[in-house]
Amino acid sequence: MDGLLLARWQFGITTVYHFFFVPLTLGLSLLVAIMETMYVRTGNEIYRKMTQFWGRLFLINFAMGVVTGIVQEFQFGMNWSQYSRFVGDIFGAPLAIEALLSFFLESTFLGIWIFGWDKLSKGLHLVTIWLVVLGSNLSALWILIANSFMQQPVGYTLRNGRAEMTDFGALLTNPNVWVQFPHVFMSGLVTASFFVLGISAYNLLKKKGNLELFRHSVNIGIVAALIGTILVAMIGHTQGQHMVQTQPMKMAAAEALWDSESPAAFSVFTIGDEKTRSDVFAIKIPTLLSVLSYNQLTGEVKGINNLQAEYEKKYGPGDYVPPVWLTYWSFRGMVGAGTVMVLLALYGLFLILRKRLEQRTWFLRLLILAIALPYLANSTGWLLSEIGRQPWIVFGVMKTNDAVSPTVGGEAVLLSLVIFTLLYGILAGADVYLIAKYAKGDNEAGSGLEETPMAGAY
Amino acid sequence: MDLNSFWFILITVLFIGFFFLEGFDYGVGILLPFLGKNDADRRVIISSIGPFWDGNEVWLLTAGGAMFAAFPNWYATMFSGFYLALVLVLVALILRGVAFEFRSRDESPKWRSFWDWMIFIGSFLPALLWGVAITNIIEGVPIDDKMNYTGGFWNLLNPYALLGGLTFLALFTLYGAIFLSLKTEGEIMERAFKVAAKLWIPTVVLVVGFVAGGYLATDIFTRLGVNPGIAPVGAAAALLSVGWFLKIRRSGWAFIMTALTIILATFTIFQGLYPRVMISSSNPEWSLTVYNASSSPYTLGVMSWVAVSLVPIVVGYQAWNYWVFRHRVGHHSGSHL
Repeated sequence: MDGLLLARWQFGITTVYHFFFVPLTLGLSLLVAIMETMYVRTGNEIYRKMTQFWGRLFLINFAMGVVTGIVQEFQFGMNWSQYSRFVGDIFGAPLAIEALLSFFLESTFLGIWIFGWDKLSKGLHLVTIWLVVLGSNLSALWILIANSFMQQPVGYTLRNGRAEMTDFGALLTNPNVWVQFPHVFMSGLVTASFFVLGISAYNLLKKKGNLELFRHSVNIGIVAALIGTILVAMIGHTQGQHMVQTQPMKMAAAEALWDSESPAAFSVFTIGDEKTRSDVFAIKIPTLLSVLSYNQLTGEVKGINNLQAEYEKKYGPGDYVPPVWLTYWSFRGMVGAGTVMVLLALYGLFLILRKRLEQRTWFLRLLILAIALPYLANSTGWLLSEIGRQPWIVFGVMKTNDAVSPTVGGEAVLLSLVIFTLLYGILAGADVYLIAKYAKGDNEAGSGLEETPMAGAY
Repeated sequence: MDLNSFWFILITVLFIGFFFLEGFDYGVGILLPFLGKNDADRRVIISSIGPFWDGNEVWLLTAGGAMFAAFPNWYATMFSGFYLALVLVLVALILRGVAFEFRSRDESPKWRSFWDWMIFIGSFLPALLWGVAITNIIEGVPIDDKMNYTGGFWNLLNPYALLGGLTFLALFTLYGAIFLSLKTEGEIMERAFKVAAKLWIPTVVLVVGFVAGGYLATDIFTRLGVNPGIAPVGAAAALLSVGWFLKIRRSGWAFIMTALTIILATFTIFQGLYPRVMISSSNPEWSLTVYNASSSPYTLGVMSWVAVSLVPIVVGYQAWNYWVFRHRVGHHSGSHL
């Protein structure tokens, strides 16, 4: 049995699944913290109710993100022991710092936040949620510092048969981190804002529960959505330009650009043949890819065939082309979903300013469906990032084929793959059930819960 | 002292922190279905560790991260070698974490009972399996000259390792019972006292068996010599005193002494292991040590600064967490979420 292939599937499934929950944690913690800040500053009860309503949904989601994250930390050693040995000197450091700096912070203060409503002063209680926001987002920063080393290795030297760190500062200032982290941070905000918008829209449509709560939520949600979608797109653009410089093959595959072009055309829709590396059918806009790559009308963008030849010279014989179909469509999935979200946010703001949101029931329905868009964009974004880097696990330094654990047999990986997939499937069911249940306005927090002993968490 | 040894000590500290803290909340999870006679009881029991368990678990994640950063070969060999055992641990930890959050979110008794049993399984399995894993590490496992584990899953479940697993399980369950006697009130507290008193003798027997077996199956106790030093003797004395404190119903002291047993026993085990981190039963020369398994001096240096500045802060705010929620939990306690 092909242990390598199974290990890759397992990593892919568990990572994409993990990242269903992470962006919502990142963004919703921030929105809940903003709501509680408004409560503490104004003393208005509506903000306390909002904090508790969205806080409960945040907790249900948070738990899933945490537990699936443990798998991530363990499986580098379990399935990718050769990788761990080869880059542990560099890659282990940010992971350890992530645990020490972020996991402790978010988990400890979240515990205090959940149970501390009556034990702490309002101000101190507010501080605890902001520390959760800080912890979660620092965790994203450190794991992206680690991931950026795989995309753009810096601050290392090859010594003693492995990659060794020579400059910790270079890891932190890796240019890839500072395009990737803001992109992920903003995508978290987008995920949370569409989550808030969709659920609020549902309740406004059904006229269930405390409508005032959902009107306030929509206002916060739409501002966050607008800021988030526009910034995520702008940073994404910079990130694409960075990719052209550092991983041109990924960009070539994302565009199905078989041969170098100058100026290069942007593909709107391509059906290609990966074997012959040619287009079967394509709609293209001339020069646009050069404009996107360099902000000017000229400039060569390298194609797959040219890069393949270049890499063979540089790294020896081999296939250096990632799966083009998946990379190409992942890119389009991400950008497409992002574009739709920008438009929805703009139109939503327009309706709110003209006080017509609640009359436009078709738009409210659309917002419910739009909850799925950030998830589509987040997942396809990571597929582009990780699959587009193949065959490398660390770009230009180590190939994925050489990274797998030599002593973990295919049968064992198959078994764990089946176990994780089944378990994750069941948990997804339970999670969606609870989110749907607590998303209904008549399940609103703060409606007499205080009087019931032990009501609420645990 | 060189940085390699410093990092060995640091990882020892992280494992001590993990067993010291998560030990009792595993115990509480294991006892949940038996000490909680009804739903209200069970909520009290879970709430006793509610604000703590997640923070406690991070000690494990940090220990894992620190192994990766400071001793990548140790991390790689152990995690790939103990593959299926770790899959089981992961499944357990996933179910446990989700169960705490999900169980009270639906009224249905079936739903709640299901998640309560998941908390039980999710606490029982890791308590057992960490014991099995630690025992295997001190016993030695087949490792080749490339630092790869060459045994299978069933190798890990040898009789002495299972004894080690049961010992950890008993100790953590006792610890959990004592924690509950300290943190709850009324009937639950009484039940916790009773269970703790019942568990003490079997735990002592298992610990004695584990140490005796250790003289046969490992070299870590024999290496300590005739005068083993203060740690193992202290651990034994502390464990014996637990019986007395339970008898006179001093749960605070019983808790401190059980904690001390766990801390000193973990220390003894790591002391006996040093300077090795994974013992090869195939050939002692192929054992992983703090030197051949470590990161570069540069990385160890950077990480030392990080650890020395962050660990005290973490200890500080976790201590504050325990201080905020120092009171006993009863049926009146609540949360707004």
